[in-house]
Amino acid sequence: MSDTTVDRPKGAAGTAGLGDDYDTKYGFHDDESAYDFKSKKGVDHEVVEMISRYKKEPDWMREVRHNALDVFLSKPMPTWGSTELLNSIDFENIHYYVRASERQAQDWDDVPESVKNTFEKLGIPEAERKFLAGVTAQYESEVVYHSLREDLEKLGVIFTDMDTGLREYEDVVREHFTSVIPAEDNKFAALNTAVWSGGSFVYVPKGVEVAIPLQAYFRINTENMGQFERTLIIADEGSKVHYIEGCTAPTYSSDSLHSAVVELIARPGSTIRYTTIQNWSKNVYNLVTKRAIAEAGSRVEWIDGNLGSKLTMKYPAVYLVGEGAHAEILSVAFSSSDQHQDAGSKVIHAAPRTTSVITSKSISKDGGRGTYRGLVKVHEGAEGSKVNVKCDALLLDDRSRSDTYPTMEVDDEAVSIEHEATVSKVGEEQLYYLMSRGLDQDAATTLIVNGFIEPFTKELPMEYAVELNRLIQLEMEGAIG
Amino acid sequence: MSDETNTPVLEVSDLHVSVGGKEILKGLNLTVGAGETHAIMGRNGSGKSTLSAAIMGNPRYEITSGTIVYGGQDIAELAVHERARAGVFLSFQYPVALPGVSVVNFLRQAVRAVRGDDVPIKAFRPLVKENLKILDIPQTFMTRYVNDGFSGGEKKRLEMLQMLMLQPTLAILDETDSGLDIDALKVVSTAINGLRSEKRAQLVITHYQRILQYVTPDHVHVLLDGQIVKSGGPDLAHELEKHGYEWLEKDAA
Repeated sequence: MSDTTVDRPKGAAGTAGLGDDYDTKYGFHDDESAYDFKSKKGVDHEVVEMISRYKKEPDWMREVRHNALDVFLSKPMPTWGSTELLNSIDFENIHYYVRASERQAQDWDDVPESVKNTFEKLGIPEAERKFLAGVTAQYESEVVYHSLREDLEKLGVIFTDMDTGLREYEDVVREHFTSVIPAEDNKFAALNTAVWSGGSFVYVPKGVEVAIPLQAYFRINTENMGQFERTLIIADEGSKVHYIEGCTAPTYSSDSLHSAVVELIARPGSTIRYTTIQNWSKNVYNLVTKRAIAEAGSRVEWIDGNLGSKLTMKYPAVYLVGEGAHAEILSVAFSSSDQHQDAGSKVIHAAPRTTSVITSKSISKDGGRGTYRGLVKVHEGAEGSKVNVKCDALLLDDRSRSDTYPTMEVDDEAVSIEHEATVSKVGEEQLYYLMSRGLDQDAATTLIVNGFIEPFTKELPMEYAVELNRLIQLEMEGAIG
Repeated sequence: MSDETNTPVLEVSDLHVSVGGKEILKGLNLTVGAGETHAIMGRNGSGKSTLSAAIMGNPRYEITSGTIVYGGQDIAELAVHERARAGVFLSFQYPVALPGVSVVNFLRQAVRAVRGDDVPIKAFRPLVKENLKILDIPQTFMTRYVNDGFSGGEKKRLEMLQMLMLQPTLAILDETDSGLDIDALKVVSTAINGLRSEKRAQLVITHYQRILQYVTPDHVHVLLDGQIVKSGGPDLAHELEKHGYEWLEKDAA
């Protein structure tokens, strides 16, 4: 993938203008005066009731929300991760539900002008035309636009926002909602369950392969906003789907909260790949729960790239519950000044001959902090299972920090476990070698960093790989020396 | 660079260089004119690699006194990449691996950096192809990661490929011949000879005279304990092969 710049055309979707800095490219914000609705600050049963009634939800969902709020209010903050940053979140200073537009558009022309401008700046409709099977665009709390290619619709593929999913496929949603991640799982999953809005609902029927990716794009615009999208993806037997999400927000002086819940269900023999390029501005707390249930012979892949946010705590998980299921978790975390990326993975081997490959790459610079936190559990009876964990950290200077907390709990003896962790610095010899070929120090460092994360970028669709390489180049400019 | 044709490509005067506080070069003098190929011979530890590192500008090597003038300009203040862009090339004795960085990407970036503008893919590809052929390197080489898991011979061929792509004014070959079998040595020599021209200069640093059977130097210098103790024509290399370095040590003592 590192030869992108050689062979691949420039100006592909979503990459234009990446030479600008974050503030001009993503950091702008729109006027909110024409907004349809914005809830008061803070969260209580009144706000939850209001959201549910506003959305005209069935009673059972309203109850799910209220119960989840009780769980949220009673659960203490996690006592691990970045407790200092977690405890600085002011839950009373957040708008939990913000709606910019009254209705959702299926035709790009019907999207309100200001919102449309935002997504056009971010290259969304262009990307759809070029390389996506379907798109949803979420602005604040609601999905403002969605589309799916007609041929896929005819095959029975469902790709819509979660609210529409609840209205049109209530039975399916009721059966699976919180089945993978219950509200009780953790404080932020509880909060999401209480105030969720938007997100994607995807169903791929038996044997259907969606060859090109579905994409969701998440955008926070309001200051002190909380975005709580909820995504549920069900891949039926033998089906295949690739879902990509991207996210950005304006740069504000006070913080916003993004707390999503993503539930994946991979039926026997199916494949789900879920790719994230997280590029929130550096005032966003990104506290996300992602988990998949993988049934027999299925394959779940989390491809997780974290570049933005103030604090990210995210550990994509796969529960391997069927024989021969496979988990692949490939993540990159890039931490710069005032950033803490506490990311990792979790794999539960609960069936025989299940396999997992975890690859984590973290890069820290300018005092940024990267933490790998992982759990692999192999239950008794999961004989013949194989685990491969590899964590590599690259430090670009002495002020930055990298920690690794890998936990292995193995209750069956007939398994194979491989684990490898490395921490390295950008080598003087590598820099000297590249500079002797005419590259200046920034270009040399960027090349080394891009090489370091190459196992990740080569898994991305071309446009994303190009974008990621350029984002890193942007981060590296003037970084050293 | 000066326009005057008689300006030497490289002029090293009374050069003293230290590494980690230890003086390695102790007053070295060397002038390399345009169109010339010079061989620097010496034993391990005599300062051969230190000389190449000092010319390239490796920050670990400290010039305590003396000057390195390249194309009429003192390059003491130039950073490594600026020297490269000015036309200095060093073929490394031990090139480092760059995991995840493909050869093709690396070459493209290097060519772009040294030439100062992008080379269209249309022009780049045939150029690479031609040079791969000269060096007897398979096309599959291009998608491998730079020096990552390369054999010694492959590393040296990649150094030569870079040299041919960058077309340097001054090429310093730091023990490029070491560890090569005879076929590889011939290939490498072809590359070096192919680059000889009246505007370019070459500094072939070697322990053995073997490579000098294929690359005939205009001048041969013997480096001993941080100084050039003897200079001569190609015959000097043969003499060293016959008698070793000892007779020079006695002379110097």
